[in-house]
Amino acid sequence: MGWDFIVPYSPYIRKKELMPKMTGAQAVVEAFSREGVEFVFGLPGGACLPLFDALYDAKFKVILVRHEQGAVHMAEGYARSTGRPGVVVVTSGPGATNTVTGIADAFMDSIPLVVITGQVKSFLIGNDAFQEADVTGITRPIVKHNYLVKNAADLPRVVKEAFYIATHGRPGPVLIDFPSDVSLQTIDFEYPETVSIRGFKPTLEGHPGQIKKAAKMIEESKRPVIYTGGGVVISGAAKELIELVEKTGTPCTNTLMGLGGVPGSHPQFMGMLGMHGTVFANRAVHECDLLVAIGARFDDRVTGDLKKFAPNAKIIHIDVDPSAISKNVKVDVPIVGDVKQILVELNKIVGKADCAEWMKAIESWKKESPLRYKDDSEAIRPQYAIQRLCDILGSNAIVSTDVGQHQMWAAQYYKVDGPNQFLTSGGLGTMGYGFPAAIGAQFGFPDKTVCCITGDGSFQMNIQEMATAVLHKLPVKIAVINNNYLGMVRQWQEAFYNHRYSSSTMSGNPDFVALAKAYGATGRHVVKKAEVDEAIAWSKTITDRPCLLDFVVTEEENVYPMIPSGKSFEEIMDMA
Amino acid sequence: MAVHDPTPIEQRILSVLVENKPGVLSHVVGLFSARGFNIASLAVGETEDATLSRITLVAEADQKTLEQIKKQLNKLIDVIKVQDLTDEGFIDRELMLVKLRNSPKVKEALVSLSAQYRVKLVDENPKLVTLECTESRENTKKLFNTFKELGIDEIAQTGAVALSTKAPKD
Repeated sequence: MGWDFIVPYSPYIRKKELMPKMTGAQAVVEAFSREGVEFVFGLPGGACLPLFDALYDAKFKVILVRHEQGAVHMAEGYARSTGRPGVVVVTSGPGATNTVTGIADAFMDSIPLVVITGQVKSFLIGNDAFQEADVTGITRPIVKHNYLVKNAADLPRVVKEAFYIATHGRPGPVLIDFPSDVSLQTIDFEYPETVSIRGFKPTLEGHPGQIKKAAKMIEESKRPVIYTGGGVVISGAAKELIELVEKTGTPCTNTLMGLGGVPGSHPQFMGMLGMHGTVFANRAVHECDLLVAIGARFDDRVTGDLKKFAPNAKIIHIDVDPSAISKNVKVDVPIVGDVKQILVELNKIVGKADCAEWMKAIESWKKESPLRYKDDSEAIRPQYAIQRLCDILGSNAIVSTDVGQHQMWAAQYYKVDGPNQFLTSGGLGTMGYGFPAAIGAQFGFPDKTVCCITGDGSFQMNIQEMATAVLHKLPVKIAVINNNYLGMVRQWQEAFYNHRYSSSTMSGNPDFVALAKAYGATGRHVVKKAEVDEAIAWSKTITDRPCLLDFVVTEEENVYPMIPSGKSFEEIMDMA
Repeated sequence: MAVHDPTPIEQRILSVLVENKPGVLSHVVGLFSARGFNIASLAVGETEDATLSRITLVAEADQKTLEQIKKQLNKLIDVIKVQDLTDEGFIDRELMLVKLRNSPKVKEALVSLSAQYRVKLVDENPKLVTLECTESRENTKKLFNTFKELGIDEIAQTGAVALSTKAPKD
C-alpha cells in the first residue's frame, strides 16, 4: 500500500517500475515472442551461451541443427513456404561465418530472415579474441541491414526494427551481432509498438497514372507476354496475377523463383523462360510486342544477350524495389510498389488484349517443340522420375530443390499448383540448400507433403541435417536424382569443354540409403523404371521419419532446351 | 530495344544525408566497391543535427550507372536522402595543403596565384613554404598542375564538399 501511495505522483517512475527487468538475452527472447516467432534454428557456442540459456525457457521451439548453414537454409525454407520471417541464432566466429552462404542466398532471393550472431565481449572486439570475426563487416554486402548492439537498452528497438526491415518492401536478411557481455546487461524491458526508421520508407502504392498507362498498353498490344518472378510469390499476389492473366487473355511465363505464381496446369501458362525455359515461352518473349514484367528482375539467366532480348517489345516493369527497374533493361513504363496492391488496381481497369492470333501462334509453337525427353529405356530418365514424383506426390506438395540439372528438371516437370510451394536457390545457386529448406518447410507445415528433389552432389553438402529431421520425426521425402556426376558441370563440359570431365565425376559416393538408415531414416534404391511408381507410393506411407529414394538415373542426360550463357533465343539448343 | 543507349562517363556530385552512426560509412563505401561504381572523392562531416552526417561524394559514371548509384544508395537503411547537386547549382570546395621548396621563383608565383585563387601562405621557413588552397574542384586541379610544375615537396588533399545553392521553397 505504501509503495502505491508514493508512486502515482510520478507517472514516468511508475511506468519504469512496471517494466520488467531482464537481461539482454532474455529481452531478445521476449522480443521474439512478441514478434510471433514459432521456430528458432540454431546451434550454440561460447559467445551465445547466455542467449541459449534464455532460449531454454522460450515458449517457441528451438531447433538444434548440425551445421549453421543448415540453420539458415531451414529458416529460408520455413520463410519461403509460410511467408513469415525465419529466425536463426548462432555463435560468434565460425558459427557466424558458417551462416554467410545462407545469408547471401536469402539476400539474392529476397527471403526475410533475422539472424542473431553471438559476438565476443564488446571490450574484446578488435583484439583477435577467441572465436572473433568481424561479422557485421563480413556480411555487410549480403544483408539488407545489420546491427552491432553495444548497449542492451537498444535491444528491444533493434529487434523490432530487424523484423520490420526484413519483412517490409523487398524482403531480405537482417543480422544482429550480439556481444556476450551485452546479453548479460540488465535492462527495463519495453517493447516498442511501432517502428519509425527515417531512411526506410518503401513505396507500396503504385502510381495511378502509370497503372492507367500500363492498362492501355496491354489492351492495345497484339503480342503481349506476362513474365513474373519471385515478387509475385512474396507479395502474395498469385490470385491477382491469375485474374490479370485471365482478364487480359495474355500468355504468361514464370522465372524459376516465380514458379507457382500461376498454376503449372493453367492453359495460358507457358512454363519457365530463360536458359532452360521452354522453347515456346522463350520464342513468345522473343517475338512479343509488349513484355509485362511483374516482380522479376531481368536476371542474366532469363535474358541471355540483353541486346537480343525481347527486341521488339515495349516493357512495363512492376517491382517494389526501385533499383531493380532499368538496372538491366530500359523500361518504358516503370511502376514501383507492392505487386499485389498494383495488380489489384490494374485489374480494376484493364480490359482484354486483342491477342487471339498470338495465342494461336504460341499454341502451334508449343505443339512443334513441347518440353520433352527420350523415354525409351528400362533405365530411369531423371525427367521421368520427377514427372512421376509430381503425379504421385501431387501438385499441391511443397517441393524444394538443390542446384544443378535436377533443379532445372524439377522446374520443368514438377508443376506446382500454387505460390510458396517451389523452394529453390535461384539467385545464388547454392548447392546444399534443398534438404534443410525442406526441413524448414516441414516444420512450418507438419501435415503437408514436402519433397526435396536433390542431386548426389548437392545432397552431400548438407546431408548432416538428416539427424535434425530424424530427431523431429519429419516425414520429408528426399528424391536423390543420382547420376554419379556434378551433372550440370558435366553438361557444360560436354558442350563447351570438349567432353573433358574435369572434377565432375562423383566417384566415392556413399550408399545413400544405408546412410539414411544409419541416421534412423528409411529409404530405397530405385534402379529400374518399373520400380519408380511403387517406390514413390511407398514413400507416401512413411509418416514418422524422412524417406530417401535413391533414383539411379541415366548418367549423361542433358537439360534441354538450353540457351547458352550470354546468347539469345536464336541460338536455343533443343533435344534432337 | 531493351538495352540502354550508351552515354558518356561524367563526374556527378552527390550530397548524401546519412545517420551519424558507426559503420554507416563502410556501408556506403562498400556499396561502391561491391557494385563496381567509381568514387572520385568522398568527404564526411556531422551536420547541424548531431544525429546526421552529410557525405559529399563525387562519382564517375554514365547515366545508367548514375541512376543505379542513386537508387542503391537510397536502399541503404542508414541513408536518409540522396541529392544530385550537379544540375541544380552548387558551391563546391576542396582543401589542399602543399609544401614547396622555398625559392624566389616560388614566392613570385605565389603572389600571382593568391591574386587569382584562394591561396594562403600558412607556414614558411628558409627551406619550405606551406600553402593552403580552398577552391572548387576545377580550380584545385589547375593549382595542382601549377604546383607540379614548381616542384611539390609534399601534398595533401581532401575530397570535395558541396552544398546546393537552390533557394528553398517556402
